[in-house]
Amino acid sequence: MRFLRKGYILAPLLALFWAITIAWSLCVISSFSTGEALKPDILYTATSGLLVGLVCSRSEVYKKSQGFIVFLLIFITIVLLSPITRLSDEPFNNLELFLNSLFAIILIISASKTMRDIGFYALSRHEFENYIIKFLTNFGYIFFTAIVAIPFYVMVMTSLKNQSELLLNPLDFSIDFSKGFYLFRSYFELFSDFNFGSYIATSFFVSILTVIITLLFAIPGAYAVARLRFKGRGLFSSSILLIYMVPLIVLALPIYIGFSLFGLRNSILGILIIYPVTTIPVALYMLQGYFRTVSPEIEESGLMDGLSRISVILKITLPLSLPSIVSVSLYVFMIAWNEFLLAFMLLDDPSKFTITRGVAMLDSSEVPRQHLMAGSVVATIPVMLMFLFLEKYLRQGLTAGSIKG
Amino acid sequence: MLGFNNNKGTVTLAKKEEQLAWVLLLPTFLIISFIVILPLIAIFWISFKPISLSDLRPPKPIIKERLKGKLENSGDKAEVHYRIRNSSREQIINNVKFVDAIPTGLKVYDLDARCQIYQRKLSCNLGNFKGGYREVLKLQITSEDIFFINKILPKETIPKITGKSENVLTSLNFSLVNFIKIFDRDEFFQVLFVTLFYTVFGTLGALLFGLFAALILNSNFRGQGIFRGLFLFPYVAPVIAVAFTWVLLFDPFSGSINALLIQMQVIENPINFFGKRPLALIMVTVFEIWRYFPLSFLFILARMQSIDDEMYEAAEMDGASPFQKFWSLSIPMLLGILSILFLLRFIWTFNKFDDIFLLTGGNAGTRTLTVNVYEQAFALSNIGAGAAVAVIIFLFLLFFSILFFKFISREEGL
Repeated sequence: MRFLRKGYILAPLLALFWAITIAWSLCVISSFSTGEALKPDILYTATSGLLVGLVCSRSEVYKKSQGFIVFLLIFITIVLLSPITRLSDEPFNNLELFLNSLFAIILIISASKTMRDIGFYALSRHEFENYIIKFLTNFGYIFFTAIVAIPFYVMVMTSLKNQSELLLNPLDFSIDFSKGFYLFRSYFELFSDFNFGSYIATSFFVSILTVIITLLFAIPGAYAVARLRFKGRGLFSSSILLIYMVPLIVLALPIYIGFSLFGLRNSILGILIIYPVTTIPVALYMLQGYFRTVSPEIEESGLMDGLSRISVILKITLPLSLPSIVSVSLYVFMIAWNEFLLAFMLLDDPSKFTITRGVAMLDSSEVPRQHLMAGSVVATIPVMLMFLFLEKYLRQGLTAGSIKG
Repeated sequence: MLGFNNNKGTVTLAKKEEQLAWVLLLPTFLIISFIVILPLIAIFWISFKPISLSDLRPPKPIIKERLKGKLENSGDKAEVHYRIRNSSREQIINNVKFVDAIPTGLKVYDLDARCQIYQRKLSCNLGNFKGGYREVLKLQITSEDIFFINKILPKETIPKITGKSENVLTSLNFSLVNFIKIFDRDEFFQVLFVTLFYTVFGTLGALLFGLFAALILNSNFRGQGIFRGLFLFPYVAPVIAVAFTWVLLFDPFSGSINALLIQMQVIENPINFFGKRPLALIMVTVFEIWRYFPLSFLFILARMQSIDDEMYEAAEMDGASPFQKFWSLSIPMLLGILSILFLLRFIWTFNKFDDIFLLTGGNAGTRTLTVNVYEQAFALSNIGAGAAVAVIIFLFLLFFSILFFKFISREEGL
């Protein structure tokens, strides 16, 4: 590793990796937005990176104006090398020119910014590691953004296309704005032909009732576990955790049998019985953690003033832990909204579908895939909106309870 | 409130508290035992019975009564037909009997040998019915004058039929057939291997990627909140939406990833990511990592931000390099949360069903134990075998949980 700790080795090396990262990202982004086939040439990309890195390691030698001229020269060299090329026989076009210039600018600016003071010769261990960490951090941002954003981007863009466009070029996600409202055709059809309005309504109804029922059971239970002394408290709280770990598929089989026997299959009532049961242990576990953080002195002073336990809970503990209750509610709502397995097994009648069951119905060879993706977008939007606006609460809920899968 | 006793002197404060605790816990306790404990017992019960989906309803004898001919004047003759059948095609019903009232004024002659009439009550003893058995029992009648006073038709008296059938679900016959069937096949060990591969690599991968994401986001700069929100997307979106998106994305014929790779000349022919044997398992594991790295990220970041800055400053003064600080300060501080996360995620990945079911349906060598429950019980309609697999899952889980509780009692809680 010691031979790497020289400015003139580390800087070109990091710039080389960085150049490859940028070139690939640009190619993927432009391919996904124009449908054109673009590819970075490894050799030219590497050369560009090495060049920029070498100049960076010498940068302290130049004066400001000199530095500017050197980078301008490199910029021209990179554009002439044009590491990003289209894979067709057509002549060089504006898109390539644009991408190569963009590549050169991003590479030069980011490399010179992060490695301005790297120096030409030996680096201290401290400096060396810092440069590597900087590179890894930047790489990490691009990597994670790409893996998270690409599937969601494809989901949204596919829903705006039609079958023949999708088959013609699966990469072409450019939007034809001239279509106007016609772009959202899949969505209109979901609501008119596939009855999605009813599924959304059912899902909201089921999810909100699940939240209410869960809280009605979990708040008293959590309070008892958190505050009151009774025999078997330890056993009870660990059995909550244990139940919380029983896989749904193990329970789903006897529940399916039982519900068939009692006529609860294919009914919203059945769903409303089973959903809270899957969420009560989580909610109880989360809430008891929150209730413990309410200071016992405040409650005791309430008891001293002659309030009963129940009114202490209602007038002191609950208002104090309201934010936590909001977190738990959002988390439970999210679980109920996203729930798929039970809805899939228990509901067969399209008039009673929840949104996830409705989307599962779209997964057939007769339904075009833009409808499937439009359905997925519709199912995702409420959770995402909730997440964007109430992010703080949801994050709290996630950290407190989301040991669950 | 409920059962709360204000009787001072007789009930001590501690006792009162205990009473209240049980009152508060009772609803949860009841509903959990009803919907969790009961099914668990049921699954153990069923796993020892060789039954299929169609056995869920016990066989019943079914009877329908019909009047042939008209009864308009005194002395008219007619026939009463009883159509009787076994509801099941396979199973025997023993000792089938039925009773019916004969309305006043109707005289029965030519009675079937298996039947007798006593005080206007017809009772027949039909013996045993084989699976799919059906017959029509005929009764010749003539009307008398009294019949026309009330004119109660034979149809208006409803016959009652009983029979003894063995309900496989409730009978006390047990067998190990399901378990033998499951363990007998090589397939079971294949399933076990797939489950362990998926669980171990899915858990470790999600943990490592979560750690990486947390490390890069554990700095303060503007716009960092956006990234934190974005990185949680895979976890909060409905599994059905993201799973279908992945399936479309990696489709061999019209998927964007294949198109991208072909256009960039990385591959020549499209790859069937979710349909080929070793690759499909790797892909579902990658999906698992993708979907759950946000969770590890969230926990690890929360823990990182609670680490005291002073410690790092002190290490900096002593000349520790960034990597040294990471190895000797951050990692030991994070070890607790990392191991708790590992155990919990391990259990949850082991239990995971939806993801694989939606991505591959358990085909192409991706059938885990949980998918196998569904496969056995619903695709092959062998409920007993499905239950047996569920029991095996439960036993594994019990083992993991014991480990977990042993461990968590030593570590701080979450």
